[in-house]
Amino acid sequence: MIFCSDNYSTRPQSITLSSNLKTLLLLVIFFSLTGCGNNESNVSSGNKTGTLYWGNGTEPQSLDPQIATGVPEHHIISAVMEGLVLKNRKTLEPVPGVAESWDITENGRVYTFTLRDNARWSNGDPHVAQDYVWSWWRALQPALGNLYAYMLFPIENAQQYYEGDISDFNEVGVKALDDRTLQVTLNYPTPYFLQLLDHYSLFPVHQATIEKFGTADQRGTRWTYEGNLVGNGPFQLVDWKINRRIVVQSNPYYWDADNVSLKEIVFIPIENIVTEERMFRAGQLHVTSSLPADKISVYREAKDPELKIAPYLGTYYYRLNVKKPQFQDPRVRRALAMSVDRQRLVDNITKGGQIPAYAMTPPGTMGYYPKSNLKFDPEGARRLLAEAGYPDGKGFPATEILYNTNEGHRKVAVALQEMWKKNLNIDIRLLNQEWKVYLDSESAGEYEISRAGWIGDYVDPNNFLDLFLCGGGNNRTGWCNEEYDRLILDVAPSMSSHKERLEVFQQAETMLLNEMPIIPIYTYTSVQLVDSSVKNFDANIMNAASYKDIYLQPDQE
Amino acid sequence: MYRFAISRLLQAIPVLLMVITVTFFLVHSAPGGPFSADKAVPPEVIKALEEQYNLNQPVWQQYLSYLGDVLQGDFGPSFKYSGRTVNELIAAGLPITAELAFYAMLVALSVGITAGVGAAMRPNTMQDYLPMTGAMIGICMPSFLLGPLLVLIFGIHLDWLPVSGWGDIPGDKILPSITLGTGYAAYIARLSRGGMLEVLSQDYIRTARAKGLSERLIIIKHALRGGLIPVVAFLGPAFAGLLAGSFVVETIFQIPGLGRFYVQAAFNRDYTLILGMTIFLSTLIILFNLLSDMLAIWLNPKLRQEIRGTN
Repeated sequence: MIFCSDNYSTRPQSITLSSNLKTLLLLVIFFSLTGCGNNESNVSSGNKTGTLYWGNGTEPQSLDPQIATGVPEHHIISAVMEGLVLKNRKTLEPVPGVAESWDITENGRVYTFTLRDNARWSNGDPHVAQDYVWSWWRALQPALGNLYAYMLFPIENAQQYYEGDISDFNEVGVKALDDRTLQVTLNYPTPYFLQLLDHYSLFPVHQATIEKFGTADQRGTRWTYEGNLVGNGPFQLVDWKINRRIVVQSNPYYWDADNVSLKEIVFIPIENIVTEERMFRAGQLHVTSSLPADKISVYREAKDPELKIAPYLGTYYYRLNVKKPQFQDPRVRRALAMSVDRQRLVDNITKGGQIPAYAMTPPGTMGYYPKSNLKFDPEGARRLLAEAGYPDGKGFPATEILYNTNEGHRKVAVALQEMWKKNLNIDIRLLNQEWKVYLDSESAGEYEISRAGWIGDYVDPNNFLDLFLCGGGNNRTGWCNEEYDRLILDVAPSMSSHKERLEVFQQAETMLLNEMPIIPIYTYTSVQLVDSSVKNFDANIMNAASYKDIYLQPDQE
Repeated sequence: MYRFAISRLLQAIPVLLMVITVTFFLVHSAPGGPFSADKAVPPEVIKALEEQYNLNQPVWQQYLSYLGDVLQGDFGPSFKYSGRTVNELIAAGLPITAELAFYAMLVALSVGITAGVGAAMRPNTMQDYLPMTGAMIGICMPSFLLGPLLVLIFGIHLDWLPVSGWGDIPGDKILPSITLGTGYAAYIARLSRGGMLEVLSQDYIRTARAKGLSERLIIIKHALRGGLIPVVAFLGPAFAGLLAGSFVVETIFQIPGLGRFYVQAAFNRDYTLILGMTIFLSTLIILFNLLSDMLAIWLNPKLRQEIRGTN
């Protein structure tokens, strides 16, 4: 019985199966044919509709400006929100944003901002000075877990409030004098304060929206999602599909809406930069976030005008753990730094137009060009090493370079390993660890030499030099010099002129280079592909695009 | 059959519990926490974050409360994607990954069975060697090589098909489905060739031939059912593998599926997301294995008899 019934059931099924297969094959062929050749690329359709397709690295973790960290988040937030002050897209000089003007008292400590009469939130609500007081109060709530709270610390009593030393926010130096006037008092004159206002951690947030979806200091509420987010920037969020795209469209309530040319920006999260490059070639992107290192030379040789390489405010360097016996002697640290042929490294290994770095602060940071006595000098390096007790590298203890797993970092480490062997005759081993393990090892001081990079939050030498204060969270080398701390914390802020201040930084930098707890290697560059139809896209050292200025105009063929 | 299914489902409970427990303690013992970052994180912030995600409690207490939530179908909030729940992330990625896996499976089955059956019909001829050599290449060629190759040829040089995306541009589903399906097609070709060869040597096929049936009819009516049993047994794990292993293809083709979250979650130490995805995928694997076993039983009278006997 069973056999019979099964036999009956198989027959029609096998026939259906094979006919299904045929249908499927036909369908596949059909779709292949319909997909052929007749698609208009994103770039050419976007150029007609005013839609910019932007390769944006990873999926953003959060669009809350007081929670977010990271470059992809920065791009989107700077399209939908705006601070009191903007930056000139070429020179990065402060230009009016929500504030149409500001006055600074002679002692450089009190800033009075006048807000624009026509400043509005993207839902039409009036945008007033009180919004900043509330937003900055929120930014300083420890429960919110704001990693950039320190950006507000130049404001009087902000740090004391954040650390719980004072509990009354009225004592913090930010006051709304009326709807259009905001007064900010600083601890001491801070020349880069206006720049900080263009950092998203100081952007205003819309109180009513945040309170609608949770309490002010609650993380992870849904206020930043499509349909909920209310911002004050040139664009507004209209769509957020996880791992697929984030779409923003021009905001009619924006104070300068008439001068915003783009109608829409589509941010596409693409983790794989090889895929991103292919998408660019297929016309699916106007701008990429990066370019694979081995493709850079191909584009360079072809003199492709779409390749944009620009200096970037960041330093690639190696930390030396001064707690380890072999690195307690500054001469050993100097010797290692002097035997690195940086020019050869950037020409042959990294190949992205990086600039050899002989100091921690990138040259040209707020007019600061660090003087350095560091140079490639293998002869001198050998002499120093011998003086320190390791003639011709003899007896040098086993030493490892720790780096996080990444092909680029590996290549640099291999190159340095080889240079140190050749120039100093010391054997260095390589140790790669997965990102979070590497972070753990580095913070715990369980390394001898460790790869590091620092990208500036604002353009000022302070942002690079205050990394190495005694016990600072980002120091991690174990190096501590009280005189250095005094220069950075007390002397530089008390200087009355910019020039004098830079001189103090130069002193500190020289001290750092003489003691060499770190080996500067190169200044980063930003490497991107930009379609020729994208206009007003000017590379700057912050790699920050000004979306309100960009317009699309295909070249005439 | 029902009793078989029910007993298998009951067996799945301790397996899942084991998966949850082992994964939970593994991720919590991995070096590096979810909130460590390149820039130093102030202690105040770490404290606030740990409080918010209950990471300040003893691990066993976290484990018990997590288990309680999972029983209610709640995988908790993602640590990394502030404001998203793990359920929400799975719900966003699953339909896309499932669709990709389904198309890849269709590619694998149609190409694999055609090649395998064709090869088995004329063993040791060119009709056998060619597809089997192709299958060997298919098995050996990793998708991270095949994908970019297909993109370069069909996407960039010939400009026939989109190079990335999923459902954004007509035709963008073709290359990923082929890339993901090829390896499986190759396995299926070899499995169906072996299965068919075995069946074609059986007495009942000789009887059918003796009756004077056409070769086509013999294959379709009599041989396929028995010959494809190895393929059916492979389907369950294969489909689960397609769901869990689509990461590479999703990355190459910029597809917003589950795989990308899974790998990112591990790098980010996004405890809840790693756990949620592992539990979810384990459940799927158990279910698909059960389904393919049931299908094999339904196709194979011998197995059915065995089950009867044991019951």
